[in-house]
Amino acid sequence: MTSFLFAMIIAGTPLLFATLGEMLTEKSGNLNLGVEGMMLIGAVAGFGMGFYTGNGLLAIVGAAIAGALGALIYAFLTVSLRANQVVSGLALTIFGTGISSFVGTLFIGQKMPDRVITSFARVKIPLLGDLPFIGPILFRHDYFVYIGYLMAICLGVYFYKTRYGLNLIAISENPSAADASGIHVNLYKYVHILFGGALCGMAGAYLSVVDVPQWQDNITAGRGWIAIALVIFVKWNPIMALFGAYLFGGLSIIGFRLQHLSISQNLLDVLPYAVTIIVLILSSIRKSKEDAPPKGLGVPYFREDR
Amino acid sequence: MRMIKRTDMTGKKAAIIRIVSIIAAFLFTSVFISALGHSPINVYFSMVEGAFGSAHRIRDTFTITIPLVVTSIGIMIAFKMKFWNIGAEGQIIVGALAASYLALNYNHLPKMVLLPAMFLAGFVGGGLWALIPAFFKVQFGTNETIFTLMMNYVALKWVTYLQYGPWKDPGSLGFPKIANFTDAAIMPKLFGVHVGWIIAIILVIIITIMMNYSKAGYEIAVVGESMDTAKYAGMNVKKVILSALFISGGIAGIVGMMQASAVNQTLSTQVAAGYGYTAIITAWLSGLKAAIIIPVSLLFAIMIKGGSFIQTAYQIPQSAAGILQSVILFFVIGSEFFIQYKLVRNSVMEKEVA
Repeated sequence: MTSFLFAMIIAGTPLLFATLGEMLTEKSGNLNLGVEGMMLIGAVAGFGMGFYTGNGLLAIVGAAIAGALGALIYAFLTVSLRANQVVSGLALTIFGTGISSFVGTLFIGQKMPDRVITSFARVKIPLLGDLPFIGPILFRHDYFVYIGYLMAICLGVYFYKTRYGLNLIAISENPSAADASGIHVNLYKYVHILFGGALCGMAGAYLSVVDVPQWQDNITAGRGWIAIALVIFVKWNPIMALFGAYLFGGLSIIGFRLQHLSISQNLLDVLPYAVTIIVLILSSIRKSKEDAPPKGLGVPYFREDR
Repeated sequence: MRMIKRTDMTGKKAAIIRIVSIIAAFLFTSVFISALGHSPINVYFSMVEGAFGSAHRIRDTFTITIPLVVTSIGIMIAFKMKFWNIGAEGQIIVGALAASYLALNYNHLPKMVLLPAMFLAGFVGGGLWALIPAFFKVQFGTNETIFTLMMNYVALKWVTYLQYGPWKDPGSLGFPKIANFTDAAIMPKLFGVHVGWIIAIILVIIITIMMNYSKAGYEIAVVGESMDTAKYAGMNVKKVILSALFISGGIAGIVGMMQASAVNQTLSTQVAAGYGYTAIITAWLSGLKAAIIIPVSLLFAIMIKGGSFIQTAYQIPQSAAGILQSVILFFVIGSEFFIQYKLVRNSVMEKEVA
């Protein structure tokens, strides 16, 4: 049981980063369906950086920058040129899939250098790691997992305890009112879309650099889309995202654990996708005011239209 | 400088802007091809040569164009209502699955009975697969983008399960594949290409007429423009969305039937081959107009077929074609801005106001 919960945290980490990234984007009123693409761009950039420099930190930074660059294309199209957000996001996913597969041909069959793998070795956090039950599950991971915890908590503080968080609510609910009150709407959108892209890039890098550490084409296998659904599931709340992401992490690996039940692996592989659908349906049924998406989500804002 | 809404945009001007943006996308991609150490002109020329260089290649290119045209038509109907159906891939797979069930189990039937039955099964299979997310969308407002996409994975895993399990061909010596169709289940050819091209042309005509001259097409357009207007006008919005999505998914299902029957001559996990995703681009680039879908799909078929050719000729990975497609999409999406708005200097504005 402990080993399953431990593995669940690892499988949930890329989902957590991607969910937080998309949450940042959506909090600024933009729906970016390019998560899968940005993850793939980050995955290949992170792998490349790790592979050529042998430095784990550079791999993460490279992936984050690459993810942000992908998001920049989306931001320019949707914020500056006010293009359709759905189509722009889809285009970004197609682009990211192509780029990662193209660049990835350099790495086919290659493994991550040992130096990088050891830099993501598991570290027991003093005291916390010794807690009964929780310790071995939560506090004996690699650095990346801990960054995930911190990121979720920081975003929670950022959204709910700072002025910027308040401004974001204004922007995503009613951009013209926010603009009138002196908030630089487009700047906010750019910053959050880019930072969101960076997190998605890191999500991809966790897969290619730490989890798998070997290059595979289409390494994300739909996790970016699950992350978009998770944002809805966790009601745009970063702390809830921790639970949502690890829950879905568990679903994605439960197949291996249930093999002795002689259920076909291919049927069990359906689980995360099927549960995502159920979650989507349930979140749309229990529609209450608090759970509703930001009013301005997906609607392009153009001050000249006011 | 500030932006103002254009009022002087003609259809001709808009078309020119779109074509210029496609050319700009090719120029932009040229920079990267040069960086790889190839001559862009040679590469583009080879792509065209790879697509049209021989009778065999021309047939291949048209065989790729058919599913793109038909899937784009299906997607277009949903997109017209701003129902973001990105589940065509799954609808193709389920259509193929339904048709294959008949092909594998009723192969004693004569061709004239079996093929139309498979066609119908493909349509119904794809239609039902699209109807599920549509039902939840109209009932509870469930996000259709993610729903339809998740359905793609469910469909794919379903076929994977069948291919590795219950439907595995016992005669394949343990190799996980489904049995090949018998002749009765394989679509005939006309001029070297399977008759799907005729189906594609007929569909384009039917859907053009439906969208422009029928009550159903009008209702779809109104729902797409404004749900409130549609309700106010007394339309049954739910019924419009559900029936349009059944047709949208059904048309994708037809693609599944055609690919399984005429191209693969069996059912496999490769049956949709990404057409469901590429068709999203082609449908959008066509400005959601049925007639324009044909040339746009042909352009993409050239890129797909030519892309596999330059892989062998220049060792440029085939994914380069995917990148080129998405760059074109980026440029065309971006160019919409210049169709909708124009940039003017502030001084000019003031004069106009004065």
